Amino acid sequence: MGEVSMSSLRSYDLADFPIPTGREEVWRFAPRKALKPLLEDVGSDGHLEWETTLAGLELRAIDADEARARAASAPVDRISALAAAHSGQAMLLEVPADTNHPEPLLIDLRGTGREPVVWGQLLIEVGRGAKATVVVRHTGTAQYAGNISVVVHDGGSCEFVSIQNWSDDSVHAGHIATRVGRDARLRSVVVTLGGEAVRLVQTVDYSGPGGDVDVRGLYFADAGQRFEHRSFVDHAQPHCRSNVVFKGALQGEGARSVWVGDVLIQPTAVGTQTYEINRNLLLDDGARADSVPNLEILTGDVVGAGHASTTGRFDEEQVFYLRSRGITEQEARRLVVLGFFADVLDGIDVPMIRSELMRAVEAELGYVHEAEH
Amino acid sequence: MSQLIIDNLHVEVESDAGAKEILRGVNLTVDTGQTHAIMGPNGSGKSTLAYALAGHPAYTVTAGTVTLDGEDVLAMSVDERARAGLFLAMQYPVEVPGVSVSNFLRSAVTAVRGEAPALRGWLKEMRGAMANLSVDPSFAERSVNEGFSGGERKRHEILQMELLNPRFAVLDETDSGLDVDALKVVSDGVNRVRAGGEVGVVLITHTTRLLRQIPVEFVHVMWQGRIVAEGGPGLADEIEANGYEQFTGATV
Ligand SMILES: Nc1ncnc2c1ncn2[C@@H]1O[C@H](COP(=O)(O)OP(=O)(O)O)[C@@H](O)[C@H]1O
Ligand SMILES: [Mg+2]
Repeated sequence: MGEVSMSSLRSYDLADFPIPTGREEVWRFAPRKALKPLLEDVGSDGHLEWETTLAGLELRAIDADEARARAASAPVDRISALAAAHSGQAMLLEVPADTNHPEPLLIDLRGTGREPVVWGQLLIEVGRGAKATVVVRHTGTAQYAGNISVVVHDGGSCEFVSIQNWSDDSVHAGHIATRVGRDARLRSVVVTLGGEAVRLVQTVDYSGPGGDVDVRGLYFADAGQRFEHRSFVDHAQPHCRSNVVFKGALQGEGARSVWVGDVLIQPTAVGTQTYEINRNLLLDDGARADSVPNLEILTGDVVGAGHASTTGRFDEEQVFYLRSRGITEQEARRLVVLGFFADVLDGIDVPMIRSELMRAVEAELGYVHEAEH
Repeated sequence: MSQLIIDNLHVEVESDAGAKEILRGVNLTVDTGQTHAIMGPNGSGKSTLAYALAGHPAYTVTAGTVTLDGEDVLAMSVDERARAGLFLAMQYPVEVPGVSVSNFLRSAVTAVRGEAPALRGWLKEMRGAMANLSVDPSFAERSVNEGFSGGERKRHEILQMELLNPRFAVLDETDSGLDVDALKVVSDGVNRVRAGGEVGVVLITHTTRLLRQIPVEFVHVMWQGRIVAEGGPGLADEIEANGYEQFTGATV
């Protein structure tokens, strides 16, 4: 059980976040070369293309001051501070209190090229007692630093999905800041499938007791792809729960993933229940997964706290077993890999998104459906 | 009638000390409608024979042939063998996390039958087969073999056998780890499949327990990778009374 690796510093002041050298704990795994343009303090008028399906709600632009006032958290690192500074305005999706939106609210963000760099900020706010599912999809080509803030007010409930399915020459880094109020619930899923380098830092904060947060992640890194996911759950309120599950598959030369899961249970956070787990599946040689869980407990009164991390090779005995029942090798591999991801995929309540993601994982495996032959 | 012919089968495994020959010329012919028992002490090569027939990659055939109605089984991939009608109930079935029993069974049945069964009829068929083997319906949603007890795994193997309806089934130590009730449930299942008359069954066991529930016509004794004695059901009784020494002693 280690100390959390993230500094608790949250700040809009760029001076707090010098250009990393790579020796810093939080940057030591990062693909700094690919991220270089996103670490430079240079403004840009670049933007992504937005397309939304919001069932009567709308996105509205807010200025930087309002964005600061509403954001779940101040930036956590240089890239998120730069994104806040250079995005100018932010886009806000507000779900009114006590409304229910069973249909997913979709926000599609599409990159149109590597140049110029894009800085962006998106805020999602789920009002008191409201219920909503929000899906953000990133596709196309970009070098993008984007912050997403998700605030769930008291008694609210939000399912939040962020999908990164960029082209192979895209670079994306940013901060997913989440905060839940009293007795509020957030289930988040971060899915990273495409991009040259993707580095996402998710923070979880509680602003009242009884908050309940699931932080899930799924990634599939191919040859040459570098995906880094960090989560920092800061338990500062009593009787809250967090459950962190990240599952990754890697295949091909130079495929690389990093997961660092920090959970801090503050002295004030009595009655906390938390668990975090990361599992990596190496589909062949040449791939590498780093996995670092850190759990720091500063109170004597926890309901439960634990972590686990495993990285293992693909189990050919499972494939043999399925094939011995007549199932083709390709189908057997598909079943085993989808099975590996099942506890993340099954947690996605939107059937359309779940099947889209299953298809995307199948595509990573080179799987072609019978009907499509 | 179909016929499975194993002729002079030699099988090696890779070990730290290099290749090691485990099967040293096994001969066995099974017709559909027949039930054979292969008996022998631990380590004599029974599971190796089963895995080699199924095509497990750890077992290399160095000599001999296996044919199913004249077709070269050894030239077939693992899944082709299953689709050709071979079935192996494994001694240690593996867990496949995240793949539900119902998804697995439907995928297997679809592969072996060559088309997906219609959903309605399929659910009824699957539930019926599960009920026959006293498998709780909740198992359909559980991951394959994950957290199953030894006995549950064995029942799950026989469940697959009933649904896949093979021409030849090899049951590797299906009786081990079963209590008396479970042994009855499992052997009733095997006997149901046998009653169809269109399957050849090979029961691998090192005890005679299963053979009191499932009548066999032929008994083969394996020792050090060869079949060293053959006979009718009386041979099993002899082994029960006197153990394996008479055979193992004779060949050393
Ligand atoms: N995969 C394997 N790798 C190395 N040795 C093996 C392997 N499978 C079987 N053996 C060896 O082959 C011999 C026969 O084993 P097995 O076929 O399991 O016997 P049985 O099923 O009759 O108990 C044993 O000495 C065993 O250690
Ligand atoms: Mg054995």
